[in-house]
Formats: sequence, structure tokens, C-alpha cells
Amino acid sequence: MSAPLGYYPGCSQTGTAAEYDISTRACLKALGVAISDVPDWTCCGSTPAHTVDHHLAGALAARNLVQAEAAGFSRVATPCPSCLAALKTADRRLAEPEYRAEVERLLDRPAPGPVEAISTLQALYEQVGADAVRQRVTKPLTGLRVACYYGCIMNRPPALMAFDDAENPVAMDELLAACGATVVEFPFKTECCGAAFGMPRLDVMQRLSARILDMAAACGADAIAVACPLCQMNLDLRRGQVNAASGRNIQIPVPYFTQLMGLALGLPEGDLRLDKLVLPLAPALEAARAREAEREKAKAAKAAKPAGNAAADTKEAQPCA
Amino acid sequence: MQTIDLAADRDQAFMDAVARESGQELTSCYQCGNCTAGCVYTHDYDIPVHQVMRLVQLGHKERVLSCRSIWLCATCQACTTRCPNNIEVATVMDVLRHMARREGKGPERLVKSFADGFLASVARHGRVFEAGLAAVFAIKSGKPLQDAGLGPAMLSRGKLAFVPHTPEGKGKAEVAEIFRRFREGAHAPAREEQK
Repeated sequence: MSAPLGYYPGCSQTGTAAEYDISTRACLKALGVAISDVPDWTCCGSTPAHTVDHHLAGALAARNLVQAEAAGFSRVATPCPSCLAALKTADRRLAEPEYRAEVERLLDRPAPGPVEAISTLQALYEQVGADAVRQRVTKPLTGLRVACYYGCIMNRPPALMAFDDAENPVAMDELLAACGATVVEFPFKTECCGAAFGMPRLDVMQRLSARILDMAAACGADAIAVACPLCQMNLDLRRGQVNAASGRNIQIPVPYFTQLMGLALGLPEGDLRLDKLVLPLAPALEAARAREAEREKAKAAKAAKPAGNAAADTKEAQPCA
Repeated sequence: MQTIDLAADRDQAFMDAVARESGQELTSCYQCGNCTAGCVYTHDYDIPVHQVMRLVQLGHKERVLSCRSIWLCATCQACTTRCPNNIEVATVMDVLRHMARREGKGPERLVKSFADGFLASVARHGRVFEAGLAAVFAIKSGKPLQDAGLGPAMLSRGKLAFVPHTPEGKGKAEVAEIFRRFREGAHAPAREEQK
């Protein structure tokens, strides 16, 4: 048995991204990864803290590392990339004596560490893995064309995040492919969606999220799988605002990757909370099913005919040319 | 033709402070432009990020700390990831923002007040109270109706909590104490603006 894994939900996961928290917990449980919440956790400081002061940011994040350490966790997993970056940055910088001293002054207690923070995506990828997921799938996402959108900081900067590839991450791709989905080539895996500018500079966020949606549409995606509550909010809740600015009417749904995994694992709706998505996933699933049925029918028809062009038939059309 | 006296605007203390606070070796930037090439915010910047780096190298404090770009950087880390000289460019942008705050600058008023509002919410509740933050920001921004259209979708999906989600133990008080000590901090330079 590996050491216990602490779980840090993060503020968004108690509110606007509750379905990310719920589906993450359900997938981890179903796949045998034991977690336990960091007791009495508080906000990591996120982007606003580090834009104001690095010591304040360090103290807000480090308080949670103190809590984790006291509870006996040497590793903490969090679904949110922004929390992850905050926890990792604090842990790294606490190795600098001057920085540590100021953070300890703000905390009024000895700083913790080291405590390793990882994403729940990393936990699923490394502690379970695509092969084990494949064996547990009961309702494969056959035919569903998914663009895996990791967001800007899940893997960047690589020296800090230390997981997967910074320019072309594949962990989510492999997990969802193991769930039976058709993962499309998606060049904007790590492009920024506009982050927290939705409130203060809506125009900036609209432009950047529109690029992501345009690319997903061009790649023929039925759904955009995400791993960040802010990406999800910009692409889903704010879709009306984004479409209004771009003059398009893109209706591709934006589920969390854990909702798609949970679906493939046959977990009940209460563990997925697809009802919390603004753009419903059902039409995408239905379209994929219909397309699959069509494909099966064509295949059967061809099999009935005498072999003529068999070599060409075995080649699947690529959704993103 | 405008004549620029490079030496006259050179502020060595500023150059040293940016290097010290960011922990970055700024002289190793050779202006390849990779940071700007990958920056999706260049479209909205008044000075592209590689030029911000150059202005820092030249010690042009006033131009750097007055620009909008340092407020519109979202810390997406594309620049840091792609810098061939391993400069944490996003960290430099962060430090410039800290300095601009200390000087009382903030040409992107709403970006600044969003960060302040977020932290005020954390200081008060220990965690971010999303609905409270949105409501306060809507009023302060002078654009109260910008996101009003999101309300129905959020309400019908139970995405808006009307009461803050608070830590179960001493967390709330401890976070408040962190902010109090931060404001009272004697020896760190960035304290003034948070009052």
C-alpha cells in the first residue's frame, strides 16, 4: 500500500465546479485510489495572491501544506491546476531560507515540508493508468470525438509542474482513449482561455475562449474535456458571451474529464452531475451513437458485398484533417 | 524624429530590485522574441513582453511600471516555458506588478480591483465566496449587468452558493491572521497597498 494521499478540493470545487469535485472523488474511489481530505483547508491564494505579493501567496498556500503534514500526508492531490501551481510554488520556494523566514512570520509557526502536490489527473494517470482504466470500462464512449483541453498551467512551467509534456500533454488523452473515446488531434491543448479576466476584462476572455472553441470545432470535436474549473466556466457558463463576441454559434459541450471517465466506468448520475453543465452532454453522446450505428451499418453492408476495395475501407476518416 | 537618451532613463536600483525580487538573471535575455511569439495576450498589451524585458534591462522604470501589459498577463506560463535562457518571464511580470502596486499605479483598474476583491473575500471567509465576490465586483466595476445574464443558468444548476463555504476548524481565523500580519509586516516592502 502506498502512503495515504491527501485531497485538497479548492474553493471552486465547493461552488461553481462542484461536479468536478464529485466526479473526481467518484472516479478515484471506483479505481481504488484512497484519498482523505486535508482537514480544515483554506484558500490557496490562487492567481490574485501571487500577483499581489509572493510571500502572502506562499503563506496562504503553505497553511494548507501545514494542515496536510499534520494529518500525516506527504503527498496532496488537487483537481484544480491553479491550486496545484500555488501549492507547488510554495513548497519549492520554502527551500529558500529568506523566503521561508518571511512565510513563517506570516504563519506564526514553522513552515511545513516538503509536501509534494500533484494533480488528481496525475494520480489517476500514475496510480491507476490507462490499461487499468480500460479493464474497468463498462460503458465505452465509442465514437465520441473528444478534444482534450488541459489549460495553460496544468503542465507549465515544466520545471515546476514536473508532469507530462508541457507542449503536448497526453495523460488525459490516454485516459479518455482507454474509456473508448476517439481523441482528436487538438493543437490548443495548453493555450490560455482568458483565465480570470471574465469579470475584469470580458473582451479579453471572449477573444481567447473563442479561439479555443473555433479550434475544437475545426477538429470535429463532439466535446471538449477539461481539467480546470476556470477553463470550464469560461467555455461553458460564459459560452453565450463568447459566441456573442465571435459571431458564431458553437454548441460543443465542455464536461470535466472525470465526468466522461465516470460515464465510461458506469457510475451513476449522482457521481457525475452532468446536470450541472450549462451545455448538455446528451446531444453529443447521441450524435456519437448515431454515427457509430451508421458506421456499423456501412461496415455490415460492405461485408455483405464481395471484396473489391477492402484496403481502402479499413482506413478510418480522420476527424481533423 | 524622437531622440531617446538611453543613459538618462537608466535606473540601476530598479534593475537590481527586479533581479533580486524575481530571482532571475535578466541580462541573459537576448531578445529572441519567443516569449512574445507564444503570448496570447500580446493582442491586448501596449508593450509586448519581450520589449518589457528589454526595458527592464535598460532600467526604464517609469515606462515599465506604467504599462498595461503587466496587468494583463494571466501568468499562463507560455513565456517561461519557452524561454531558451530559462528566465521565468512570468515571474518577472509578477514582480513588476508588485512594484507598480507599491507605486500606486494600476492602469487596468478592474484587474487590480478584482484581485483585491478576491483576496478580501479570502481574508474574510478563509475561502473564496464566489457569489459574494461576483456581487461586490459587479457594483465596484461600474458594470453591474455584465454578468447578470449568467444568473439563471447558475441558479438552475445549483452553481451559486448563497452562503460562504467556510473551513470547519480554525482555518478562517488563521487566514485572517495571515492577512493581518501581512498588512502589519515591518521589513517586507510590499505592505502599503493592502491597507
